[in-house]
Formats: sequence, C-alpha cells, structure tokens
Amino acid sequence: MSSIHARTSLAALAAATLLIAGCTTTDQASPSPTDTSPAPSTPEAATGTVTVVTHDSFAVPDEVLAAFEESSGLTLEFVAPGDAGSLVNQLILTQEAPLGDVVYGVDNTFASRALDAGVFESYIPEGLDPSVAEYGLEPGTLDVLTPIDFSDVCLNYDLAYFEDSDLEVPTSLDQIATADYAPLTSVTNPATSSPGLALVAATVAQYGEDWTTFWEDASANGMRVTASWSDTYFTDFSAPNYGGDYPIVLSYASSPPSEVIDGEPTTAALLDTCFRQVEYAGVLQGADNVPGAKAVVDWMSSDAFQETLPQNMYVYPVSPSAALPPEWVEHAQLSEDPATLSPSRIDAEREEWIDTWTSVVLD
Amino acid sequence: MPSPGHPATRRHLTWWALAAVPVGFLALFFVWPLTAMVGRGLVDADGGLDLAGTAAVLGEARTWTVVRSTLTLALLGTAGSLALGLPAAYVLYRLRWRGQQVVRALVAVPFVLPTVVVAAAFTALLGSQGIGGGLGLDQSVLAIVLALVFFNVTVVVRIVGATWAGLDPAAVAAARTLGASPRRAFRHVTVPSLLPAVGSAAAVVFLFCSTAFGVVLVLGGTRIRTVETEIYLQVNQFLDLRAAAVLSVVQMAFVALALGAAAWARRRRERTQAGHRIDGSRVATRADAPLILTTLATLALLLATPMLALVERSLRTSSGHGFDHYVALLEQPQRTVLAVPIWQAGVNSLLTATVAAAIASTLGLIVAHLMAHPSRRSALLDTLVMLPLGVSAVMVGLGMLLTLNRDVVGVDLRGSWWLVPIAQAVVALPLVVRTLVPSARAIAPSLRHAAATLGASPARVWRTVDWPLLRRPFGLAVGFAFAISLGEFGATSFLARPDRPTLPTAIFRLLGRPGIENVGMAFATAVVLAMLTAGVMMASERMRTRVGADL
Repeated sequence: MSSIHARTSLAALAAATLLIAGCTTTDQASPSPTDTSPAPSTPEAATGTVTVVTHDSFAVPDEVLAAFEESSGLTLEFVAPGDAGSLVNQLILTQEAPLGDVVYGVDNTFASRALDAGVFESYIPEGLDPSVAEYGLEPGTLDVLTPIDFSDVCLNYDLAYFEDSDLEVPTSLDQIATADYAPLTSVTNPATSSPGLALVAATVAQYGEDWTTFWEDASANGMRVTASWSDTYFTDFSAPNYGGDYPIVLSYASSPPSEVIDGEPTTAALLDTCFRQVEYAGVLQGADNVPGAKAVVDWMSSDAFQETLPQNMYVYPVSPSAALPPEWVEHAQLSEDPATLSPSRIDAEREEWIDTWTSVVLD
Repeated sequence: MPSPGHPATRRHLTWWALAAVPVGFLALFFVWPLTAMVGRGLVDADGGLDLAGTAAVLGEARTWTVVRSTLTLALLGTAGSLALGLPAAYVLYRLRWRGQQVVRALVAVPFVLPTVVVAAAFTALLGSQGIGGGLGLDQSVLAIVLALVFFNVTVVVRIVGATWAGLDPAAVAAARTLGASPRRAFRHVTVPSLLPAVGSAAAVVFLFCSTAFGVVLVLGGTRIRTVETEIYLQVNQFLDLRAAAVLSVVQMAFVALALGAAAWARRRRERTQAGHRIDGSRVATRADAPLILTTLATLALLLATPMLALVERSLRTSSGHGFDHYVALLEQPQRTVLAVPIWQAGVNSLLTATVAAAIASTLGLIVAHLMAHPSRRSALLDTLVMLPLGVSAVMVGLGMLLTLNRDVVGVDLRGSWWLVPIAQAVVALPLVVRTLVPSARAIAPSLRHAAATLGASPARVWRTVDWPLLRRPFGLAVGFAFAISLGEFGATSFLARPDRPTLPTAIFRLLGRPGIENVGMAFATAVVLAMLTAGVMMASERMRTRVGADL
C-alpha cells in the first residue's frame, strides 16, 4: 500500500511543481499534433516522476537507468501494456487520460494509426544526428516521433543443415516459395505476429501486385505457418539449440549472435529476405510531466542508452556513433537493401493484406 | 405486503445487503470495464446504438464461420472432458486408494499452465519428431480438442468428484435391497444426484473451451478461427471496436446459453437432497482395479506425456541435458532479459495469488451462501458471477485500462499493484462458486429451520450448521483459487508492471527472446510453476481429508 501512496503524492507533487512553474504548454485543444507549435525548449528543469509507456519487450540495464535518474533528477516508472500493436491501440483508447508521459516502442507498422489519432506532442531532441532522419516515417513526422532503433526481420537458417545437404543455401524469396525450400520453412501468421506482418510487407515491397503468387506457391509447396515467433523459432527451428524440424525460420537479422555455441555460429540470416522495422519514441499529448518526457526522449537518443539496445532488445541503435558489442560486429549482419514500405501504406492496406493472406494460405 | 419489521422482509434485505458485496465488486472490476469497451464499439457518433453497424457485422459470413467453429470446438472439448473426467472423478474421489492424492494434485496442474507452454509441450509431442508424430495430428482440430481436454478435465474431476464423494451409499444400497441391478441403481439413484454437478462442470468447461485462445491459435496453426481469436484480431490488428463489441455480445450469448442449459439440467433433476451429507467414499477393492488402471493409463497418456515433454525441454542445454536452467532461476538473468530474477517473480506470484485467493474465496463463500436456495435472484447472481469465464481477456484487460487506470472514488488505481490480484480474483471466482454451491445446496433446509426454531440467530445458524458442512469444499476452493491465480496470464499481462512480473508473464517474456538460455529458463520456470501448483493442490487435498475426518 505504502508504495501506491508514495507514488500518488509524488505525482501530485510533480503536478503542483509544474503548475507553479506555469508550465501549461500542453495545448489539448489543438486538433492534430502537426498543428501544434513546437513547445518552448525546456526552460524549466525536468523534475519528478516520468511514466514511460513501452511494449513488453522493453529492457534497460539498471546501472544505465540509475545513471540517468541521478544526472537528471527524474524518477522513471515503466508501464508495459502488451506488444507493439496493443501498445498503440491502448495509447489511442486512453488518449483522454494517457497511460504515461512518454512512449517508446511504437514501430513503423503501427505508427501511422497513432499519428492519425494525434496521440503525440511535437518534440525533436536537441542535437539529434541528422543521419537519423533516414529512419523517419514520412516527411513531416520526425518532429513528433524520434527514431530510436531498428531491426531487420529476415528468414534465418540452420548452418549445419545446409552443410550436410545437397541443397544450396537459398538467397532469395523466389527460391523460398519453391518445392525445394518451402517444406523446410516455418513462418508466422501476419494476423497474430508482427514478424509475420513484416514478411508479408517484404513480399508486397518486392512483388507489388503479384505478392500473393509467392504465398500461393509457398503454401502449395508446404510452407509451415505458426501463431507466434516463439512457436516458429523455439519449437520448429532445427538449429542445434532447439532441435525442431525446420531449417529455415522467420526471425531477425540480430538473432544469430544468440545461437553462437563455443564461439562458433550455428545459424545465419538470409539478408535478401528482410523487412526493416523501426521503433520510435514520442512525448504523449496530455502528459503530466512534459519536460520529464522530453528528457527521456533525449536520453533514449543518447549513446549511453543507444549502446544498450543490442544486448537488451536485440535491435540496432540508430545513432551512428553508438558502438556495437563485439559479438554483433562478428556474427550479426544487416541487410544492405532491406525492403521498406511507407507506414501510411502499411496501415491503410493491413486489413486487406491479412484478409488476402488468410484466404490464400489458410483457407 | 409484509411490513418492514416482518421477518420475510428482513430476510430479503439481508440477502440484498450481502449480495451488494460480490455484485459491487464485479460491477466495478468487470461489468464497468466490459461495458466501456462494448459501448465504444456499439454506440455511434450521435450517442445512439449503432444498429446498422451491428447488423453489418452480424451479416458477414466470417462472423458465422467463427461462431460455428467455436461451438464445434467447445462441444467437442466439453464432451471429451466429461468422457475422461467422469470416470476419473469416480476413481479419484469416490474410491480411496494409496497415492490418489498425488494423482488428484497432478490432474489439476495442466489447468494453470500458461497456454504458451502447453502448446509447446503438445507440439513437442505431436510434431513430426514427437512420440505421436506419426499420427498426423499436428495443427489439427483433434490436437486442439486434446489440449482442451488436457486443460479442463480437472474441472470435471473436482466439481463432480466433490459431489460424488459426498453421496450417501445408503441410497444405492436401499435400491439394491429392493432388487435393483447395479446398473439400474446407478441410473436411477446415482446419476440424478450427480447431474447438478455434472451440469455445472459441463457449463464451466464449455465456457472455458469457447473462450480458449492460445491453444486454438498455436495448436491449430492459426487455421481454425474462433470468436475469441477473431476478437483479438479485430482489436489488436485493426482496432475495429465495433466488430469486437458485436462479437463480445455474441460471446456473452454463449455464456447465457451454457448457463441456461446447466440451470435447466439442474432444475429438471434437482431433488431436495438429504441433509446427511457424509463421506461416501469407499476403499477400492480388487474388483475396482481394471477401472482404476484404465483411467490412470488414459490420464497418464494425455496429461503426463506433455508434462514430461515439458520437463525434458527444461533440461535441454546446448551441450546435452542438465540443471543449468534451474540454477539460472536463482540468478539475475543475463543483462536485462527480465527486470528481476525468476525467484523474485515467484515471490510476486505467490503474493498476488494469496491476495487473489483471499478475495475470491471470501466473495465465493458469500455467493454460495446467497445461492443456497435455488431462486430467480440466485440464478441471476449465478449468471453475473459466471460471466467472466465467457468474456475475452483482451476486452476486459483493455476495458480495465480505460476505466480503472485513474482515480476511482478517490483511490488512484493507475498502475496499481492491486489491480492484478483483483483481476485474478474475478477469473477465479466462478470456479470457487461452482465448487461451493453444490455443497451449499446439499445442506438440508430442515437443519437450518431446526436451529432457527431453537432460537439461533442467522449468523449462528450459519456458523453451526452451514460452515461445518462447507469447510471441506471451502478448503478445496481456496486451493483452487490460489492455483488459478498463480497461473493466470490473460488479464495479468495487461496489468502487471514490468518490474513486478509474475511467473506466467516472466515465461511469456523469456519466450520472446532468442537463445537457449531464455527458452530453457522459460521451460524451467513452467516446471516450477507446475510443481508449485501441484503442491498447492496437494496441500488443499490434505486439508480436505483432515476436515473430512472431523465429520
């Protein structure tokens, strides 16, 4: 009980401090975030508690968090109400009484929905590296959502299987759909799994209108579909750590470092089958602690936080100056030319893709 | 019209005053969140009911496809659970033999295992490399049905078993003396007395089966779509609250259907049972051996094999087999896979489950007392209490965020730890009530009347007449509520804070990251959760015999 009371009074204190400081920058009446003039850059010190809303994969090392809390004078609280999709939905549903002050983990497959609903306050971290702009969503959105990390959803394969087999390692999606490779492949359903949707997006990006042909062929040739990434990866993957039946599975370009045994890699990613996912942070409209929220976005853009991303969330930092861990330098590879699609198109066509995919692959 | 001082009026007032406690609890923590979600979907821009939109959703072919497949799966799952559960209830509760307590406890374990883990265990079993790989059951309807039976057989065993154990053998003996064959005595004496419990159990299992989520998705390879998976899809992928709301209403119609059928079965057969509720179990004899062995073998095949597969996976390391993942449960996971070590998540789970079980069993006892006499209002209360079983966790979880994540009558519930045990109590309450009501109804009204006539106050009547007869099922209900809360995932995943994971949310999180350490720890945690559950169930069984001996 005591902790709840402590939190209540802290929040009340924070709110009172803001009122005294005359900080009423939150213009709730503005119809959309893009119309809001940028808030004046923090003249008042950020203090009090900041509630950070994340997806359920969020992780940060204690010492890095403690260092930030000490230097900023802020106390961070985290709420994680589900995966990336339900995170965005909850932000939209709770718009009038936001779940927190700042969000991390909105990705490019769901960002558009949140942007359209106007759940973000405009903010661009000071001194954001200009190269980060390439991860921006679409023109004009970088002032609302700050890119934090990215990852490539790619097919992974079992090295030993192809060493022992007469089959060559496949190099393209075209090959995956054939009778040689489709029966060896386990992927996830786009309706229930975000990597599954990324793979559909990759086929749309590569084949355009004819994307269903890939799925018709793959399905007819016996490609396996599961409900979630953990089913495909942990249960189906034939890599030595898991012992399943499928040497090709849908995962991430960053997965192979986790499968290194005695210094030797046992899996690798097929880098020409990838779709790039980007994750963003943003200040929430109606936040209690706007200065604190902005300070958190600044921190997440800083190398101190960026360098923790690979080992804690298996994603790449967007900051060009953030150092990668040695095993990533050695065993993780990025796609040179990953598929991308505009978030607004993903959002507009998601339902049609999933319906079409379902009728082609499952029915 | 009786005057306010009239005893009948006073009894009414007392009934409603007592009912206000569970009704208020459910109204605040279940009905309000759910209504908020359904309302958002069904109310149009002008504030009126969106009938055209509702009709559009109901007119879609896919709506009826999912309704059909939900019904089919739920009926098959219920039939399977009864087919295995009824003989098991007899063997495990009506008969007495050494070691049965261990089996009783083990049978309850699957019920609380997180579906992700069960699905993995079944896949390990039915996949092409599993023992049952040659059967071609992978990603089939039969695989889902088997998993539904795996989960729910314990519901039948416990609810029916408790009643069966309390049946007076004298009634059957009398029928036999009067010349009835064993079969005839069973059909005309035993079956009618068991039917209310069977109806209750079937209704609960039907509801569980019709809202099953994880097993349907994972074991069906996402090919089979049900109302529940469709709601998840509409909310999570499309944020189509209208479709989700319409489907939720359809789902609640299922609840009403199942409850109505159960009540009908009860009413039709319910007889005023004799007040001498006794320990009717008997020591097993050599003649019972074939039935016991067949039942145990079937249970072992269905329940033990997936659990052994689970244990095997928890021992699997990159260099063979070993206890590495169990050792890891005591340490802070590598870097920050989890905010806390697993043992800490275990402590969180035990703490939340204790609070949840306390809430659920207290409310359950009140509800059972109020429902002791069948009546229209008690049927209404029954429906309200059972409703949470038939409603999607996605809807309730989101609804709780919408309605309760703020100041509620002066209490700041935002991110409150209390929401977790409260949500778990909502989930456990129907099972507690179902365990207690048959026993509460079996108490002869004549006993209470006699006590009242002798001048005992209502409280004293309850203490001296009801409580001694309810203690035994109450002990079981507390244990069951605790076990359910330990394993609850759906609502908990919405409400548990990331720095205070419970065992199921920790398992889910571990299964979201690559690397054999993570999946190994997830399975080791699942085994620990299973053992905790078995321990809890065994403890409550132990209490049961002690109490039984008192009688």
